[in-house]
Amino acid sequence: MKKFINAVEDVENEMLEGMCDAYPDKVERLEGTDVIVRKQKKEGKVAIISGGGSGHEPSHAGFVGKGMLDAAVPGAIYTSPAPDQILEAINAADAGKGVLMVVKNYSGDVMNFEMAADMADDIEVEEVITNDDVAVDNKEDRRGVAGTIFVHKIAGAKAEAGASLAEVKAVAEKVIANTRTMGAALKPSTIPAAGKPGFELADDEMEIGIGIHGEPGISREPLKPANDIVDELLSHILGDDVDYSGSEVAVMVNGSGATPLMELYLMNKRVHDVLTEKGIKVAKTFVGNIMTSIDMAGASISLLKLDDEMKELLNAPADTIAFTQD
Amino acid sequence: MAATKEDVLKFIEEFDKRIEEHHQELTDLDQAIGDGDHGINMNRGMKAVMEKIPGVQDKTITDIVKTVGMTLMSKVGGASGPLYGMAFVKASAKAKGKEELSPEDISEMIGAAIASIEKAGKSTTGEKTMLDAICPAKEAYDKAIADGKSVADAFADAEDAAWKGVEYTKGIIATKGRARYLGERSIGHQDPGATSISYLIQSARAVAEAK
Repeated sequence: MKKFINAVEDVENEMLEGMCDAYPDKVERLEGTDVIVRKQKKEGKVAIISGGGSGHEPSHAGFVGKGMLDAAVPGAIYTSPAPDQILEAINAADAGKGVLMVVKNYSGDVMNFEMAADMADDIEVEEVITNDDVAVDNKEDRRGVAGTIFVHKIAGAKAEAGASLAEVKAVAEKVIANTRTMGAALKPSTIPAAGKPGFELADDEMEIGIGIHGEPGISREPLKPANDIVDELLSHILGDDVDYSGSEVAVMVNGSGATPLMELYLMNKRVHDVLTEKGIKVAKTFVGNIMTSIDMAGASISLLKLDDEMKELLNAPADTIAFTQD
Repeated sequence: MAATKEDVLKFIEEFDKRIEEHHQELTDLDQAIGDGDHGINMNRGMKAVMEKIPGVQDKTITDIVKTVGMTLMSKVGGASGPLYGMAFVKASAKAKGKEELSPEDISEMIGAAIASIEKAGKSTTGEKTMLDAICPAKEAYDKAIADGKSVADAFADAEDAAWKGVEYTKGIIATKGRARYLGERSIGHQDPGATSISYLIQSARAVAEAK
């Protein structure tokens, strides 16, 4: 294992410190905690918090800032944060109009966030659970993956505009209902503390339906050309229960950490070509490392079916480490 | 009288030793059907517990067990944090006001732990989880006590039942936790949570047998 790290047990802490050192005008660390909050708190608006295991940078701390999240709670690598940390985030982020927690659908995340919400006295806390991953048949089991960031952006913009907690939650639910994602991996990730890859893939194999924690996916297949992989992922997304025909979409081609932009752009060409051929209009595209898995070589495609409200909110200003828009 | 406060402290220490000894095994098991961090997380949690123990060892059994739970909940993370953490917290309530634990007290504590895991995990036996070890273990313990066996023998029976439960998890499909995404590929692998909780029961047995 070759990584730029010091002691394995210090990785998460040193990473957070380095992030805050790099962007002191945008974020700060809540003293005595692992919680990352906006540098300039805006009072009188609904607060949005999110989080989950570390190892997905820039998610989620990279999206703390104007127009997106008010706080992010990073746990240990690939490990949901504990309720006491989440409660710190709820208390710090609360700006008088309630808190919306954006929680990815994993047993640990759901348990810990819900426990924290139970412990929050005097603050109205609501929750939405993201489950955009179509690789899992049973909807209740579907994982929250890269499409979660669409929620951060759109619900974030709604909150920034002064909407109520109910309105912010409603638009978040709308994004969740209209986002579908699927990914594939070429090489597994290696957690520093484990010292070896999370699973094994032969040189000519890929893992379809990969999750974001390096956990093995749904099926293992022979490696094929990028166009064929994109076609397979898109067929699952388009064949799921969101009807994209004739619609306008936002596209996200997300890298897992070790896949170069070169390949993500290349895959995006196929995404655009296929959608155009099918009469689906691409209103906006996001390409890059958005929700990674440390050093996994992989990518996921997300499609968000837009309406006027979501499109407007997607285009609203944002100022975060990983995403800035006027 | 089955357990004194010293026994409870020893039990926690024994679990810490086993988690440290087996943390690579637990991580390897979790790598096969999860995300490869169960051993890492439990080890971190138990190290934090051992740091807290000196500060509470003069308090009541309830306080000590509750401290274990709150620390695990805070330091383990993931699903194991709330599951193990709350289990200890709920179990601690059953020891309230007691300076020693009877065999029945211990049974109630295990029962409270199971109820907590079932509630927090929204699960039951047969889903390839820690419940598949601890539920049969409690059944075996209760039966042994009812049959008039010693606590040491009861925990020996409990541990045997727990490992049989672990073996059972190998053959079934996972419907909870990260393993459930693997579908049929989860079959043939033993559950890491069932394994770690079997070491917990083994720790209780070790303390009981050493008395």
